Amino acid sequence: MSPSKLDLLQGTLDLMVLQTLAAMGPLHGYGIARRIEQVSGDAVLLNQGTIYAALVRLHQRGWISAEWGTSTNNRKAKFYSITKRGRKQLSEDAAYWQRLSDVMGRVLALPEGSDNK
Amino acid sequence: MTNQARQLFHRVRSLFFRGEQDRDFDAQMSHHLELAIEENLQRGLSPDEARRQALVRFGGPQQAKEHHREARGLPLLETLLQDFRFALRMLRRSPGFALLAIFCLTLGIGANAAVFSWMEGLLFRPYPLVANQERLVALTGTARAQGQTDRTALSWPDFLDLQRNCKLFDTFFVSKITGTTLSIGDRAQVVTGSIVSANYFNALGVHPILGRTFEPHEDGGRSAHPVTVISYQLWKERFGGDPQIIGKTQRMNGVLHTIIGVAPAGFYGTFVGWAMKFWVPASMEDTFEAGGYKLEDRGERWIEAYGRLKPGASLEQAQQEVSAVAKRLEADYPATNRGHGIKLWRLWQTPFNNAGTLLPTLGIMLVVVVFVLLIACANVGNLLLVRSFARRHEITVRVAVGAGRRRLLQQLLIEGLVLSALAATGGLLMARWCSHLLVLLLPVRNGNAMHLPGDMDWRVMALSAAVCLIATLLFALFPAMQTSKIDLAATLRSEMAGVVHGRSKSWVRAGLVVVQVSLCFILLVGAGLLLQSLQRIRTDSPGFSTNGVLVTAVNLVSSGYDVPRAKSFHDELIDRVRALPGVESAALARQTPLGYGTFSSAPIAVDGYQSPPGEQPSADYNQVGPGYFATMGIPLVSGREFTRSDNETAAPVAIVNETMAAHYWPGKNPLGERLQVKDKWLRIVGVAKTSKYYSMRELPRPFFYVPLRQNFSVGAALNIRTKLRPEIMAAALSRELKAMDANLALYEVISLQEQLDRSTSPQKVAVTLTGILAGLALVLAAIGLYGVMSYTVSQSTRELGLRMALGARTPELFRLVISRGLALTIGGILPGAAAALALTRLLGYLLYKVSPRDPVAFGSAFLVLTIISLVACFLPAWRATRVDPIVALRHE
Repeated sequence: MSPSKLDLLQGTLDLMVLQTLAAMGPLHGYGIARRIEQVSGDAVLLNQGTIYAALVRLHQRGWISAEWGTSTNNRKAKFYSITKRGRKQLSEDAAYWQRLSDVMGRVLALPEGSDNK
Repeated sequence: MTNQARQLFHRVRSLFFRGEQDRDFDAQMSHHLELAIEENLQRGLSPDEARRQALVRFGGPQQAKEHHREARGLPLLETLLQDFRFALRMLRRSPGFALLAIFCLTLGIGANAAVFSWMEGLLFRPYPLVANQERLVALTGTARAQGQTDRTALSWPDFLDLQRNCKLFDTFFVSKITGTTLSIGDRAQVVTGSIVSANYFNALGVHPILGRTFEPHEDGGRSAHPVTVISYQLWKERFGGDPQIIGKTQRMNGVLHTIIGVAPAGFYGTFVGWAMKFWVPASMEDTFEAGGYKLEDRGERWIEAYGRLKPGASLEQAQQEVSAVAKRLEADYPATNRGHGIKLWRLWQTPFNNAGTLLPTLGIMLVVVVFVLLIACANVGNLLLVRSFARRHEITVRVAVGAGRRRLLQQLLIEGLVLSALAATGGLLMARWCSHLLVLLLPVRNGNAMHLPGDMDWRVMALSAAVCLIATLLFALFPAMQTSKIDLAATLRSEMAGVVHGRSKSWVRAGLVVVQVSLCFILLVGAGLLLQSLQRIRTDSPGFSTNGVLVTAVNLVSSGYDVPRAKSFHDELIDRVRALPGVESAALARQTPLGYGTFSSAPIAVDGYQSPPGEQPSADYNQVGPGYFATMGIPLVSGREFTRSDNETAAPVAIVNETMAAHYWPGKNPLGERLQVKDKWLRIVGVAKTSKYYSMRELPRPFFYVPLRQNFSVGAALNIRTKLRPEIMAAALSRELKAMDANLALYEVISLQEQLDRSTSPQKVAVTLTGILAGLALVLAAIGLYGVMSYTVSQSTRELGLRMALGARTPELFRLVISRGLALTIGGILPGAAAALALTRLLGYLLYKVSPRDPVAFGSAFLVLTIISLVACFLPAWRATRVDPIVALRHE
């Protein structure tokens, strides 16, 4: 694995999964994983297996629902979709991330050594 | 919040659907991999490469499964359960170790639980069914005299004033122990009961199961309300559980009492040590107490009282309030109350029942059982250490496959916890079984055993559980520390090479034995000191003959004798007893020294004696018959004994003891001087040697005697000087009594030595319990020493073989092992002795004429421990001499 890939911050995977489901509608685990990789341009270091732990967490909180269905190649697969509560959570989390990244951007934009003047 | 609750619900739920959820995950995973492989194949990879890349991207199926499990369930709980199951399996695999460890811990935890249950049942929650015991306090009077403060009872009028004037108390109530002889059908039995204030049952929150309790007015008026509430036990046993009992009458002390109520089962009254069988209102006082009607006399102090503090009121505040009331009483009634105060006691310090007597003993027991527990923990710690060597391989492998240090520690602690939880269960059973043990150590009086139950309530359980946890931490800590230091490479290598390794471990083991030996030494010294005290206190002279004098009583009060009838009865009884074969002399007296009852006490005045301000001179006295001093063997220093002519018509006389003579007539002979008692002047006709009156431990106190006839009491003890045994005398006395009045019951006949022994029963309890526990400690320490020595021998086979091959002979090897064992013992005795020197002073009042540094006690503890350690080392040393050098050298 290339060292330049991004390690996922705690909690970010959950948000990515929620956003993916919100944008794409019902998906199975592999679909979610691939979608995240594609969107990130393969810049994220993702152990695809960890998706399933994230799915359990989200399901327990009632933010996503799951049901067994048939996938495109006619195989049994578990499909996940975002719930109403999940959408609400997603908008809250997205706003939080937006603010955080704004702040981080501004902090990091401070010129070096500016406090010496 | 709801999120967390929802999540918790799912997590707990998942504990029960593990299989199903694992299958669910497996299905998803294989689907995932299939899709990934397909995609890779489409990208033109070879089937093998497609599969490999799919797995790489997935990132380890097993790991993902673990993540999945962790996310969905309660990982902590699951590993705990896993460790728990594993621990049980390990114990089953080595039952010998498990049994020995559980045995040691059961003794340790059980001894603690037993003492906790006694403390709870006798000191902290002594009165079953009574509400809010944590706020109960006991009340006594105080009297300043001769520069010191004595404890007294309270008077009824003072009690009423307290009730009226104190704002910090919910309630006050009176409970004074008394007794009567019940004859129902053909059985006569002495039973204990209480004289109580009318509010007694309401104040306690105890409701009758039949009938009613006392009405508020029923504690007033002289003998105005002959009513009684009986105990459940009495109702069942003596009245056959008669449902129509209410309204029936029972003769008690010659007066017909109407039974108005039956107390609930499990209510024993409020006197630590005895189960009350009946209660009568205070108005019946003069039927049950000697000395007449006292309810209206502020100077007659006879009651024992309790109060319940209002919630939030502290003992100190309450004491201030009560003291203020006592001060006002002193000012308002100087004749009776000058120099008198009122003191509050926490329930567990109650001085007038057996709580006060047992408190110091139980306090010391608490220290002793903690020692026993520590010794037991050290033993189990040692056993676990040995096992951790045996499990070196297992533990090393666990570390090698990636078990975290924390996980390893958790596993070891859980194993320890399983051990101590099993032991705690056994210990609680043991404590339950011991809860009536104290009664066995205390004398039966008049056919009534004492009532001293331990109590296993939730507090005792919780405390025992805490002890069990602390014990686990203590003994599981050593092996756990060892494993946390495990050096993986070294251990694996050393295992391959088969070299015994772990100098530090043998150091820890030796340290544990040293701790055991020193704790054991302290206990042995304590037991030795107490034993010597008991011997001294029981063989010391109380100032009267203890052997060859028997004491008993005839209960005339119970049988309703009035004064003239009692007087003629006394005369006839003494004549008949003196005529019995084998009787040298006999005399009556109101009280027997060293008994439970209190002597009469009165304010006194002496010509020319000026008392310090704020102090009312007073002294205790006994009313005794002719020939009392000769019968009791109390020497008269000067003057004469009372005779039959010192009667109602003669001039009042008194005999004082030497202490009183020295205090009030310093430097001169008091013979012929005058002594004022209450408002009567007595002429002093004799001076007696000072003896012991209340307890063997008391300092010489002023005391005087007056003739029984000039200060009559219907109830009196009969003292008989004879060489006959008590049983023989009892038979003869019963015959005489039957001839005089068939309705009379004779109290038990005991020697004065027995009386003295009974008065020192707390010492006996302390000696017996300390002895038993020190014995236990000795056994545990011997097991520990034996274990260490035999392990040392088995581990140094090579060294021993080498020594043998180099020409060491059997006796030298034997000595080598023994001296190593002795070195450990001495290493333990030295700190033990130092600690004992500091600690034995805590034995305090249980020591009698024995120095806390008594060389005999220290010497014998040293001897006993040395002998025991020789015994413990003998087998390992013998085994050392049997080492075959050839085998030993090849062995490694």
